[in-house]
Amino acid sequence: MTAQTQSPNESLGTLPKARTGIAGLDEVTLGGFPAGRPTLVCGGPGCGKTLLATSFLVNGAVAFDEPGVFMSFEESSADLIQNVASLGYDLSKLMAQKKIALDFVRVERSEIEESGEYDLEGLFVRLGYAIDSIGAKRVVLDTLEVLFAGLGDTQILRAELRRLFAWLKDRHVSAVITAERGTGALTRFGLEEYVSDCVLLLDNRVNQQITTRRLRVVKYRGSAHGSNEYPFLIDEHGISVLPVTSAGLEHAASNVVISTGVPGLNQMLGAGGFYRGTSILVSGTAGTGKTSLAAHFIDSVCARGERCLYFAFEESPAQIVRNMRSIGLDLQPRIDAGLLRFKAARPSLFGLEMHLARMYRDIEEFEPAAAVLDPISALRGETGEVHSMLLRVIDLLKSRGITAYLTNLLSVQGLDEADAGMSSLMDTWLSLVQLESNGERNRGLFVLKSRGMNHSNQIREYQLTSQGVKLIDAYLGSGGLLAGTARITQEAIDQSASARRAEETERKHREIDRKRLACERRIAEMRSELEAEEEEVRRSLQHDEDLERRIQAERAAMAVQRGGSSK
Amino acid sequence: MNRSPAIAVDEPAQQQGQYNLRLYVAGQTPKSITALANLKRICEEHLVGRYTIEVIDLLEHPQLAAGDQILAVPTLVRRLPEPLKRIIGNLSDMERVLVGLDLRSIPPP
Repeated sequence: MTAQTQSPNESLGTLPKARTGIAGLDEVTLGGFPAGRPTLVCGGPGCGKTLLATSFLVNGAVAFDEPGVFMSFEESSADLIQNVASLGYDLSKLMAQKKIALDFVRVERSEIEESGEYDLEGLFVRLGYAIDSIGAKRVVLDTLEVLFAGLGDTQILRAELRRLFAWLKDRHVSAVITAERGTGALTRFGLEEYVSDCVLLLDNRVNQQITTRRLRVVKYRGSAHGSNEYPFLIDEHGISVLPVTSAGLEHAASNVVISTGVPGLNQMLGAGGFYRGTSILVSGTAGTGKTSLAAHFIDSVCARGERCLYFAFEESPAQIVRNMRSIGLDLQPRIDAGLLRFKAARPSLFGLEMHLARMYRDIEEFEPAAAVLDPISALRGETGEVHSMLLRVIDLLKSRGITAYLTNLLSVQGLDEADAGMSSLMDTWLSLVQLESNGERNRGLFVLKSRGMNHSNQIREYQLTSQGVKLIDAYLGSGGLLAGTARITQEAIDQSASARRAEETERKHREIDRKRLACERRIAEMRSELEAEEEEVRRSLQHDEDLERRIQAERAAMAVQRGGSSK
Repeated sequence: MNRSPAIAVDEPAQQQGQYNLRLYVAGQTPKSITALANLKRICEEHLVGRYTIEVIDLLEHPQLAAGDQILAVPTLVRRLPEPLKRIIGNLSDMERVLVGLDLRSIPPP
């Protein structure tokens, strides 16, 4: 029961701390508020002082087994119970379980007449009784300054407050005292003089009609603490502080390659996709299909059974889902399966810090494998601020190994100023361009950079079809890349040319065949001529021989007739 | 048994201005002793026969502090007549006590 929740790295000499249980605040204060000592929380009206104090108390009671006393000087118990209920805590139940004690101290000037000396022992008795009744370890006093309005004798009051803080320390309760911010001083009545251990300042700043809440640890005696101003937000989940300004460069680099969701695009990247946990920027002018490419990526992430968080700044989730159906991607089942979550908010709804704060909380809560920001160009603000915010988003994602997929709308063709500033933050940069020629526009995609891998240097034409994004094989003509009808025309020209070439070859083949035939015919003719001649010659030779033989025969016959012998 | 008729007798008296007073103190401090002495003196001077004083020591009954909204001690609470009035301090300033108890309007005898 008496277990003090202390920072895990507590060693001899370090201050024991009481964890607040408020997301981020324990990191900023390196473990929580000083245990057994008072902490002052000051800020203007509506800053969330009471909420912070209440969270400290309720978290203590619920999560850290440290019962707490809430002494309210402003809100009645009923109001307080109602307010805390809006954060999802059932105060009445906690009170019944003796984990929380409420005491509403009503101070009404008109009902009090002062006559002579007095002290605030009554308050001490009440507080002491409440602490003892539940064995409280934590105390909240909200807001002590009401006493200054209710009681006339500030001399007595100051002396008694000093005594109160000393008394709280003696009782070893971790106390949170809230106080209104004063002009020129931290608090209107100088309470910071009495509470010297830990002072928190809450602030609510309006810049260009957009409010951002910030928190700063003004001092923390005996402990290191984050000294920056940290944005924090209050919503239905309570209060969360964002210690993300401390951007480190210590994230591990993964060698795991994940698909881009588009087969052709995977081939363009030497590694066959993106490295897990890197940052990817897809930039392009209006209508180049940035969201469609992102949807492919999301689909591939979800197909692996991993979670994906989609921050939409310009379109509603329903609209994105409908539009992606037109390219054959149905994201609804992914949403239903709990793998895809949309967080849609107009950029103008909050300041940059608040957006960051919400993203931080959403990421913490959903623990996605990939996050899409669509489009970052919608985030308005000074270039430097947007840049620093995105830097922190990317650091936030990288430090958790979450792949960041950002789209950026370019106002004009070419590189935007913001784009150029962004490039160094990005590991992979895909550029989508409109190729304008021959009276038509076609979409082209190229990899501007991709750290740690070879990548194609080609501009590839792609189409948004009903079956998704399709990369078309590059057609490089003499005049460079050809796209759209120019490509089709060129392809047709090429086709007919090759047909002609085929015909020509065919013709030549036929010609030579014919020639060969003719030649062979002539050879045959000549041969037969020769044969005929030979026959002639043979025949005439025969004839001659016959003739000779006949002549000789006749000569012999004649010799016989002339008488005599032949010799 | 003996008290019930007494209460019945008291009732009309209350309507005429019976004072039911409570003095909250925290231990027998000089302030609380002074306060009680001052209170008794004032009542004897202005409310003879129509007041009751109840002294509550918060150190003995701390649970009563919250219910009666006690902050400072000594605190004098006028429970009757309505409305409830609170006077804090050792009651050394008699004028203010009389104002606080709505006794100022009654002309001093």
